[in-house]
Amino acid sequence: MNILGKSISELRYLLDKKDISEDELFNFFKKRISRFNPKLNAFLTIVDKSKSNHVGLLSGIPFAIKDNFCTQNIRTTASSKVLDNFIPPYESTVTKKLLNSGSIIIGKTNMDAWAHGSSTETSDYGVTKNPWDLTRVAGGSSGGSSAAVSSYITPAAIGSETAGSIRGPASWCGLVGLKPTYGRVSRYGLIAMGSSLDCPGPITLTVKDAALILQIIAGKDKFDATSSNNKIPNYLDSINQNKKLKIGVPEEYFYGLNEEIKISVMNSISKMKQMGHQLKKVKLLDPKYAISVYTIIQRSEVSSNLARYDGIRFGNNRSTFAAEAKRRIMFGTYTLSYGYYDAFYKKAQKVRTLIIEDFKNAFKDVDVIIGPTMPITATKIGDINKYPFFGELMDKLTEPAAEAGIPAINIPVGLDKQGLPIGASIMGRWFDEETILDLANQFEKETDFFGVIKKGINNYK
Amino acid sequence: MDKYKPVIGLEIHVELKTSSKMFCQCAADYFGKEANSNTCPVCLGLPGALPVPNKKAIEWTILIGKALNCKINPVSKFDRKHYFYPDLPKGYQISQYDEPIASHGDLELVSNPRHPRGVRVGITRVHLEEDTGKLLHVGAETLVDFNRSGVPLVEIVTDPDFDNAEDVKVFLEELHTIIRYLGVSDADMEKGSMRMEPNISAMRYEIRAKSEKKLPNYKVEVKNINSFNFVKKAIEYEIERQIDLLKVGKTPAQETRGYDSKKGVTYSQRSKEEAHDYRYFPEPDIPPMTFSQKYINTIKVPELPQNKVIRYVHQGLKYIDAFTLTRNKKLSHLFEVTSLKIKKQDNVKVTDIANLIINKKEYINLSEEVLYTKLREIKNPIKTDEKELDALIKHLIKINKQAVEDYKKGKENAIMFLVGQVMREMNGKADANIVRERLILILKSKK
Repeated sequence: MNILGKSISELRYLLDKKDISEDELFNFFKKRISRFNPKLNAFLTIVDKSKSNHVGLLSGIPFAIKDNFCTQNIRTTASSKVLDNFIPPYESTVTKKLLNSGSIIIGKTNMDAWAHGSSTETSDYGVTKNPWDLTRVAGGSSGGSSAAVSSYITPAAIGSETAGSIRGPASWCGLVGLKPTYGRVSRYGLIAMGSSLDCPGPITLTVKDAALILQIIAGKDKFDATSSNNKIPNYLDSINQNKKLKIGVPEEYFYGLNEEIKISVMNSISKMKQMGHQLKKVKLLDPKYAISVYTIIQRSEVSSNLARYDGIRFGNNRSTFAAEAKRRIMFGTYTLSYGYYDAFYKKAQKVRTLIIEDFKNAFKDVDVIIGPTMPITATKIGDINKYPFFGELMDKLTEPAAEAGIPAINIPVGLDKQGLPIGASIMGRWFDEETILDLANQFEKETDFFGVIKKGINNYK
Repeated sequence: MDKYKPVIGLEIHVELKTSSKMFCQCAADYFGKEANSNTCPVCLGLPGALPVPNKKAIEWTILIGKALNCKINPVSKFDRKHYFYPDLPKGYQISQYDEPIASHGDLELVSNPRHPRGVRVGITRVHLEEDTGKLLHVGAETLVDFNRSGVPLVEIVTDPDFDNAEDVKVFLEELHTIIRYLGVSDADMEKGSMRMEPNISAMRYEIRAKSEKKLPNYKVEVKNINSFNFVKKAIEYEIERQIDLLKVGKTPAQETRGYDSKKGVTYSQRSKEEAHDYRYFPEPDIPPMTFSQKYINTIKVPELPQNKVIRYVHQGLKYIDAFTLTRNKKLSHLFEVTSLKIKKQDNVKVTDIANLIINKKEYINLSEEVLYTKLREIKNPIKTDEKELDALIKHLIKINKQAVEDYKKGKENAIMFLVGQVMREMNGKADANIVRERLILILKSKK
């Protein structure tokens, strides 16, 4: 039985037909983890024996979970030594929903410590390597989750995005990565980074898998006051709507890019036109404003959210924080200080409102907006040191959608000359995951993402 | 000393007795529970846990705001207040900064027997926050108990409208009565469910007289006092201490002080140099709240004690009695329901009911029916025709020789038999006690 590269939907089919047993499937991935994880450093914790008590849509499907989701009785570190020994006494809503639908947690994945970064290089447990080129980073902060899916040591993974942390590594590892609308998926049990921005989401091999996982994890949670009451559509139906859409193309998102990325993304947009969609230029605020807004809001919230790691509980004291967290705590403490609040935090919130208005206006004319996900392809390990605000520069194109809270999905659109994956982001209206999933799925059926995903997996036969 | 006028404002914290805590489902009633047994990921501030506000606590804060004549703000929000202390698990307290639930209210203290001056006290704001855990000092070690962490706490802030300690005490007693009337807190000071912090300063009389808005350039806060008398004493001590300093041309230091109830003195705890920058910012985990006028209107304030006093006085009670009855919701309730039973022919007045409730403490647990019946008996003693009674007794003694013999032999029960016989013949138109007295008298005289 050739399992390699099968999507979770396909694996479910094989399990139902009893072509394979749950144990066989689990052991298949366990073996692959032992074989490839030492090279990649995608997993921080591997769960030895896990048997789900539940039967559901995801019965028997192994999942890799980013290590900032609290998992009951499974060590959860957020890749920081501060939580080196932290074993949560409770389950995050996302993992609880996955477990309730029958899935199995196979391990916890590496990330930038506290999700501070875009390359997994700020992890206290070493960098995660890009499966496409082991001298490069997998991206971040959900780098472990992305590398694990790309090398098929897990068939699907859960990540979290504050600004680019799902779509970025999905782009650099050549995968589908969905950041849902803020509030669509509960944050309960997700170790907070930027509380007004954090979104859990899936990293998968296919658009259908992303829709399937979203179906499970979406919805109002009585433990998260910011989760939405909006009704949950049937995402598996919505991916097959085959709607002809008005696609917005914002010029501002194509400046300062690597030329190959620009060409790849433009080609894919042309492809969509050939598929019968209508293209329309849209004017959006220059994404550079989003960098300042993001830097201030996110660091302000970080300085507050990390205040609880005061050394009294959790075993390790504050000296265990590494440099990046310390920088962010100091920066955020400053922007919230008396006398500076108005000049920084409050002003940033006002600009954030403008960004929201900007998208509202744009979505009057178009159904979705497309741009490149990252300005360059995966960087060499160590490149982070060349840029003081590495993450912000890398996340420039993903930050506006994160600040506005709209959903966005990364899809692979090709490889550059070095053979590294390039991704594009389809952004949609608030709570309209259906449309971006529909377009992404149409594109997948038409192009098979130019074979990118399969090629990635075939490197790990 | 006359040249200086004290300027005093108050901060009062009241723990609400909701069934669950402010942001989680743990019980709000933490008292007497084993340390850290009343906790969950939310009130322990575990990584990833999120607060979900308690609707009842918000409703009760609006109720307190309405009772204090406040404006209920149609939009309100929670903010994070950052400071480090081991009993604060998140490193910040969820509180309210610039958009409290209620503001701009006042409480009129109408004159009362102990304090004849009427006073209006401005209420700056009423907001909702969460309580902290508690530190336990055991030998050289300090332990933390988070059972109280996250209990809903209402903060009431007054304008600096007081100029003497007596008014403060009267205000606090009235506020305490109101809170208990509303049924939102036990306001039990021994358990710490009501805590008071006066802010005290003083300035030259002429300057203060020119403009009520002019405030001294310093302020001394006395923290966490748990009795009205201690508040009064602490304020009196502070006023004297500060004016002594002012008189010799010194400005008292801006600081936080504690009160030592044994010595009756305040002492310095924290100076201004150590003042906190709380780095307030809007709590991103809780969306802003909006309250429609329709919703606010559904929250009804019951008749407050001061209004009851006025009404009772109109009904004919003495002020002191009306005041005493209204200090306790149970007493005023008993008074009111008993008053409803009054019938003209019964010769019972509201003042009789008031007197009975106030003077006979043992009656306050009776039902209004029993209480009223007792009162009717007291007010309508049965008149006994003594001649008729004596004649009847003599007659009955003759025809009940056996009982008389028994009585003479010392059988006390025999007298009860004879009383019964008399009462039957009198058709109940006699007071049993009087009958007994006469019987014994006559029997003894016959010896």
